[in-house]
Amino acid sequence: MTAFIIRRLMQSVGVALAMSLIVFIGMHIVGDPIYILVDPQSDQAEIDATIRRLGLDRPLWEQYLLFLKGAVTGNLGNSFVHGTSALPLILERMPATLELAFASLILAIVIGIPLGLYAGLYPETVASRAIMAGSILGFSLPTFWVGIMMIMVFAVMLGWLPSTGRGPTATYLGMTSSLFTVEGWRYVLLPALNLALLKVSLVIRLTKSGTSEAIHQDYIKFARAKGLSRSRIVGVHLLKNILIPVVTVLGLEFGNQIAFAVVTETIFAWPGMGRLLISSIQSLDRPVIVAYLIITVLMFIVINLVVDILYSLLDPRVRLGEKSA
Amino acid sequence: MTMHVGRWVGAAVLAAGLALSAVASADAKELRIALSAEPSAMDPHFHNLTPNNALNRHVFDRLIHFDAKQNTVPGLAESWRTVDDKTWELKLRKGVVWHDGSPFTADDVLFTMERAPNVENSPGSFNIYVKGKTFTKVDDHTVRVTTAEPYPLMPNDLTTIAIISRKHGSNAKTEDYNSGKAAIGTGPYKLVEFVKGDRYVLERNEAYWGPKPVWTKVTIRPIKAGPARVAALLAGDVDLIEEVPTTDIAKLKTDGRVALAQGLSNRVIYFHMDHWRDETPFITAKDGSKIKNPLKDKRVRQALSMAINRDAIVDRLMEGAAVKASQFLADEFFGTSKTLKPVPHDAAGAKKLLADAGFPNGFKMTLHGPNGRYTNDARIAEAVAQMFTRIGVETAVETMPGAVFFRRASTGANGEPEFSFILVGWGAGTGEVSSPLKSLVATYDKAKGTGAANRGRYSNAELDKLIADGLATIDDAKRQALFAKASEAAMEDVAIIPTHYQFNTWGTRKGLKYEPRTDENTLAMSVSE
Repeated sequence: MTAFIIRRLMQSVGVALAMSLIVFIGMHIVGDPIYILVDPQSDQAEIDATIRRLGLDRPLWEQYLLFLKGAVTGNLGNSFVHGTSALPLILERMPATLELAFASLILAIVIGIPLGLYAGLYPETVASRAIMAGSILGFSLPTFWVGIMMIMVFAVMLGWLPSTGRGPTATYLGMTSSLFTVEGWRYVLLPALNLALLKVSLVIRLTKSGTSEAIHQDYIKFARAKGLSRSRIVGVHLLKNILIPVVTVLGLEFGNQIAFAVVTETIFAWPGMGRLLISSIQSLDRPVIVAYLIITVLMFIVINLVVDILYSLLDPRVRLGEKSA
Repeated sequence: MTMHVGRWVGAAVLAAGLALSAVASADAKELRIALSAEPSAMDPHFHNLTPNNALNRHVFDRLIHFDAKQNTVPGLAESWRTVDDKTWELKLRKGVVWHDGSPFTADDVLFTMERAPNVENSPGSFNIYVKGKTFTKVDDHTVRVTTAEPYPLMPNDLTTIAIISRKHGSNAKTEDYNSGKAAIGTGPYKLVEFVKGDRYVLERNEAYWGPKPVWTKVTIRPIKAGPARVAALLAGDVDLIEEVPTTDIAKLKTDGRVALAQGLSNRVIYFHMDHWRDETPFITAKDGSKIKNPLKDKRVRQALSMAINRDAIVDRLMEGAAVKASQFLADEFFGTSKTLKPVPHDAAGAKKLLADAGFPNGFKMTLHGPNGRYTNDARIAEAVAQMFTRIGVETAVETMPGAVFFRRASTGANGEPEFSFILVGWGAGTGEVSSPLKSLVATYDKAKGTGAANRGRYSNAELDKLIADGLATIDDAKRQALFAKASEAAMEDVAIIPTHYQFNTWGTRKGLKYEPRTDENTLAMSVSE
């Protein structure tokens, strides 16, 4: 297991290196943000001075080596736009994104699994058909449109929930989050639901197909013959067996949500990392983009690791050490 | 018995407390603002950028302020005058105190001018407004500024620089301003909280020297998505939004919950074109073969200007949130010509001019522009391309993100402007016409600092002289005449093709009034009940 984890971490360093190089070269081709950063009234001398101040006058390889030199000591460079170190800039916005992703994960599980189970157990009922049809909508409607519609209905027309932003935070067990306040949940509900929509649909479909497959298998029939209660059959024997694909998908989706909740964060003005990423891309703020993607790579590796460990807990036949990932 | 007394006293204290808090809340007035962009720092000298400047204007005063129409009005300087052509004297306001109660003096001004151009990691410094000026203290409340050459724009330049306190600013870094430690100003609001990307909370400065704003507490949040900003206003989550999307204006005008405030901006949208290359990369004959740069012929430039239906752009694309342009800056501003009129739409006349210039069949051209930098920019580029195509100039459109566009348009091809014909905008930060004249049509000259944004490399010795003379003339009336003449000369030669001046639109909840500002700033001080 330890060897497995070490190997994974080594891989992540390689991926991060390759990715930083790609971003450096890619952004170099696209250009630099000088002309949208300096005051348009500036004269050429001032523009040149700014280029030098940001280190953009050096050749690309030198900029990259400087970046690597800094990266070894944990400094991923200064943001062009913010002037401060890129890493803390991202990390200070991480809690907001994490709580949004976490809330949407909970929603996906709480809504998706019961609905999927129901649709799998009673596939012929009207309600099941409605659930399955609804899940298609969840797949196909664009997030930004659903987000705006939710704001229009729940905030503007009904006035039940706040339209945008993050609620007040509270600190509990050393963590500061808006999920610890009631008001905070009122704020997080709409964006989390918007973010969860795709996942809810995925979970419904995975749970449903898993259920309708497993329900006819011998071990379920045997459990029934043994006289186990229906709730125990479904809740323990069936659920445990269909959860592996669900956990895989939720794990990957969770990573996606943390890293790329860009659309939802933009529409709901959620002060998270995704909005920082999109504005950094718009202003070609290379240091922030590189740092962001490095964090993303590391995060995905960690999530995959957690998913693998969860597998082994759900299915004792899976042994981590033997897998060459 | 004693216990009873205790209870009574307790109740009385409680009641008094409640009454007091009721009084306080009746007096407390909160304003919630949604911005379209994120200020990146509370350090007023870190980045010369509109959202930053608008935010720090609440906390820091300038020596001289801009009113809503960008006229210079007294700020921390009560009055100013020229001693001679190269020396200005400013009388500082007496009795002004910083948010911590310490007095404001000339030392603070001198310290500010030292720090403003030298902020670490600044992506766009205030150096251009400070350099070439020597500040000296005459006494605690008098400052003299000397320049090597006569410099009439002194008051305008001084509106840009936020005055900071020497006591709190010595050795302070940008971080110290963001954390609030050094963010001690003299302005109408005190900084309570600066949470980057999330919210900026301000509280009224009860000791302010000027008129006190209505709002005791101001919460500012960035909501970048236009529809979400409008929704937040409609839902009552915010009281004021900036940059109302033009597509929502018509609908919001009839909505009983909101009021709109619309005003002219200092921004002109215009086309710049290749004036210097003999063969220009994005223009060919209809069959794709190389031709001489047709834009060097004034008749072609005139024809293109006449081909543009400015009424259609203003009415349909901008939904009325613009006005037709005839020059660099709307007529109301200082230095503009009062005789120039927008070029009327005349497709037949345009065709004839093209034929006279030797292009009876027109030519092929690519129009480049930014996407999302100016209101409806990409749609305007497409509409104008169609108008050009109608007179025989077959025009393709290529738009790109602003960051990419401006780089290529400025120094894309071997350090020279890359494109042949571009859509751009220009906001006159100084509030008068020398800003676009000097940057857009004065000959590109690195040493003199002129023509930095002259992406067509237009060059006209006569015009250069008018601009240079104007910039060295202290007398307002004479300078106005010179600049007006320069504007007329540039338009006569079609140095650029202006299309429209943008309006800015703010939305407030019903019952509030916003005084529109030409400099696009969103200020709590401009909101009244």
